[in-house]
Amino acid sequence: MKNPKRKKINSVSDLEELRDSIVQSMDTQKTVVRVCSTTGCRAGGAAKIIDTLGEEVAKQGLDDKVEIKKVGCRGFCEKGPLLVLGPKNIFYQKLKPADIPEMVSETLAKGVIVDRLLYEDPDTKEKINYESDIPFFKKQVRNVFGHTGKIDPTSIDDYIAVGGYSALCKALTSMSPEDIINTVSDSGLRGRGGGGFPAGTKWKFSQNVVSDTKYVIANGDEGDPGAFMDRSLMEGDPHSILEGMIIGAYAIGATEGYIYVRAEYPLAVKNLGIAIKKAEEYGFLGENIFGSGFNFNIKIKTGAGAFVCGEETALIGSIMGKRGTPVPRPPFPAISGVWGKPTIINNVKSWTNVVLIIKNGADWFKSLGTEKSKGTTIFSVVGMVKNTGLVEVPMGTTLRDIIFGCARGILDNKELKAVQIGGPAGGCIPKDLIDTPVDFDRLVELGAMMGSGGMVVMNEDTCMVDIARYFLSFTQSESCGKCSPCRIGTKVMLDILDRIRSGHGEEEDLDRLADLAATIRTGSLCGLGQLSPNPVLTTLRYFRSEYEAHIRDKSCPALVCTDLIKYVISEEKCVGCGICRKKCPVGAVSGKNKKIHVIDESICVKCGLCYTKCPSKIGAVDKVTGFRKGR
Amino acid sequence: MQKLIDEAIKPYEGEKGSLIPILQSIQEKCGYISEDAFSVIAQRLKMSEHEIYGVATFYTQFRFTRPADHLIKVCLGTACHVKGNSLNLNNIVNMIGIKEGEVTSDYRLGLETVHCLGACALAPLATIDEEYYGNLSPRKLEKILSKYTKGKAGIKDEESKKKKD
Repeated sequence: MKNPKRKKINSVSDLEELRDSIVQSMDTQKTVVRVCSTTGCRAGGAAKIIDTLGEEVAKQGLDDKVEIKKVGCRGFCEKGPLLVLGPKNIFYQKLKPADIPEMVSETLAKGVIVDRLLYEDPDTKEKINYESDIPFFKKQVRNVFGHTGKIDPTSIDDYIAVGGYSALCKALTSMSPEDIINTVSDSGLRGRGGGGFPAGTKWKFSQNVVSDTKYVIANGDEGDPGAFMDRSLMEGDPHSILEGMIIGAYAIGATEGYIYVRAEYPLAVKNLGIAIKKAEEYGFLGENIFGSGFNFNIKIKTGAGAFVCGEETALIGSIMGKRGTPVPRPPFPAISGVWGKPTIINNVKSWTNVVLIIKNGADWFKSLGTEKSKGTTIFSVVGMVKNTGLVEVPMGTTLRDIIFGCARGILDNKELKAVQIGGPAGGCIPKDLIDTPVDFDRLVELGAMMGSGGMVVMNEDTCMVDIARYFLSFTQSESCGKCSPCRIGTKVMLDILDRIRSGHGEEEDLDRLADLAATIRTGSLCGLGQLSPNPVLTTLRYFRSEYEAHIRDKSCPALVCTDLIKYVISEEKCVGCGICRKKCPVGAVSGKNKKIHVIDESICVKCGLCYTKCPSKIGAVDKVTGFRKGR
Repeated sequence: MQKLIDEAIKPYEGEKGSLIPILQSIQEKCGYISEDAFSVIAQRLKMSEHEIYGVATFYTQFRFTRPADHLIKVCLGTACHVKGNSLNLNNIVNMIGIKEGEVTSDYRLGLETVHCLGACALAPLATIDEEYYGNLSPRKLEKILSKYTKGKAGIKDEESKKKKD
């Protein structure tokens, strides 16, 4: 609309002038409605909400008083579609198109809050008006997610208005590459991809190598099941990632950059693509950035569905159009990476952190966190909790604060059993240890790791053998097949776990698992293999009795493993409605109308349909321990 | 087909390491990567067919047979697993009569499982084409699938017929 052909930004004053003009052109009299328009809320129908909102605002003649902004993820996807309204951030959730006319006529026209659209505390049943008062947000420190959910990710002007690209400007006009690397080193920033390698140290390696071409890569190949913070950041604040990459490229002397994004994240690819184009137009990418003589370009590479490509050497292979199998290190990519050139790979969150460090200084960054883990960290809290979503907290926050503070405790007020942290390479931490402050090193001590930041909360209904098997089956199927210990070892471990789950485990199996785990750990080339036994090792360490129950008593205490359970119909409760009989896919239920029904165990495939279909007020179908030999 | 493949290769001509984006582009245009496509790419990129096949089969994104009109993807990520999505998968298998990785004989529906769609807060979930269906239950599934299954031909059904014509 405005400025079709834009003058490139060449200096500090250019950027300040531009920011002033953007801020001045913003109509502060308008009430801003920020509607999340990224994957989580889209899945709940956000597109329709945005359309309806636009129509309704026009219909009620509020066009000149209301601005609708399509923003990124606020992390509380469970309550989507959601929006926040006005300067005080009134928080409306679980919206349906039918709710919009009332919201517009009441809140936007008259300033009256619509009670029924507010968040309700699951325990106190109290309605909460403003976002900042909701417990999920109250305990958070949103630094990396500082702009996500506030600005329109497709608008570079929005990003500049909140101070975007000023860190880049500072770096390129007043700092030497050494200054930048020293600041990043001094801040103590450790790689946010999960490994926690000091970023500054890595950069120094690359800076010291003389080469005509160097590469900088943002790793957005977020493959861990249960984690989606990288998606949220790429979709909601793509410019911050670009800005960090440009600063990093300047520091090590790189001219080419890649953002490697999972193919399953189409919206992230789209928003990053728009951001790159805009940054080129404004002169933040391309030649002679900020008149410094420094040239840098960024391309997007989409992954093609291979988990192992999150590993840096595999990712490099994939970028070069090869099979994504890891290669031995050294040489490290920082010395020899893409096409044999020095390559720095950092997670997308690390790049956003770089922007914050350059903008606010190393001391500011160091003021949060623990002795060896500085800054904030992001967890995606999912599973059996009352409120699920993305939470950003200072390093060193306890699991209890996250699970019972932000996420409001366990669903249906059941007992917490364990927390699985770090994805398939992580481990299960039992409830006795939830007062542990979490940082990179503490999690490793407990047998887990920061990893992707996936945090799956499990209650008493989760079987730990089943969950260990689940993660192992994931790494097993994603093993690239290069190293035999990983390729064959994980398969054998999986077979043993299957045996245990089916009631045919032997006492010696537990030692065999530990043995295999040790071999896989020492004999695999990359993190995928080395860390793949973690879920099994931690469940063995903390939940050994559960394995023993499967082996000795042929019982699954959580009633999950299908070979060790059976479904029975209670004679007292059954009213003979016939729903279970009609729904049973294999005809295992018999009984006449209005007569008590029975399940024939020899036919039953334990799909659980009868159990879920029996009307809850009757509740006649029970799940009980029951192992049948010879199945 | 040949024209589509040419179109897919053109923007990447002369670019190093462009095999994967070329394969992605062909799949987007043709729906899958046919045997013919391999030989064309091999000629154009001056690579051997087996090398290309080796790369293509490494990545789960690529398909080598004709896909269905509507693809159901059931998420088996951690959050979905804990919330019992494998039960939903079983129910889908029972309802449409094909297993994971298969396509119905009329190419109307295909079924795949995926490791995490990144919308864990909505677990358990599945997608059909681009549409997300969260907080799945057996009842909800039945309602959703009835739009696609035979006999209860809904709007989507008409659409797919038109496409084929």
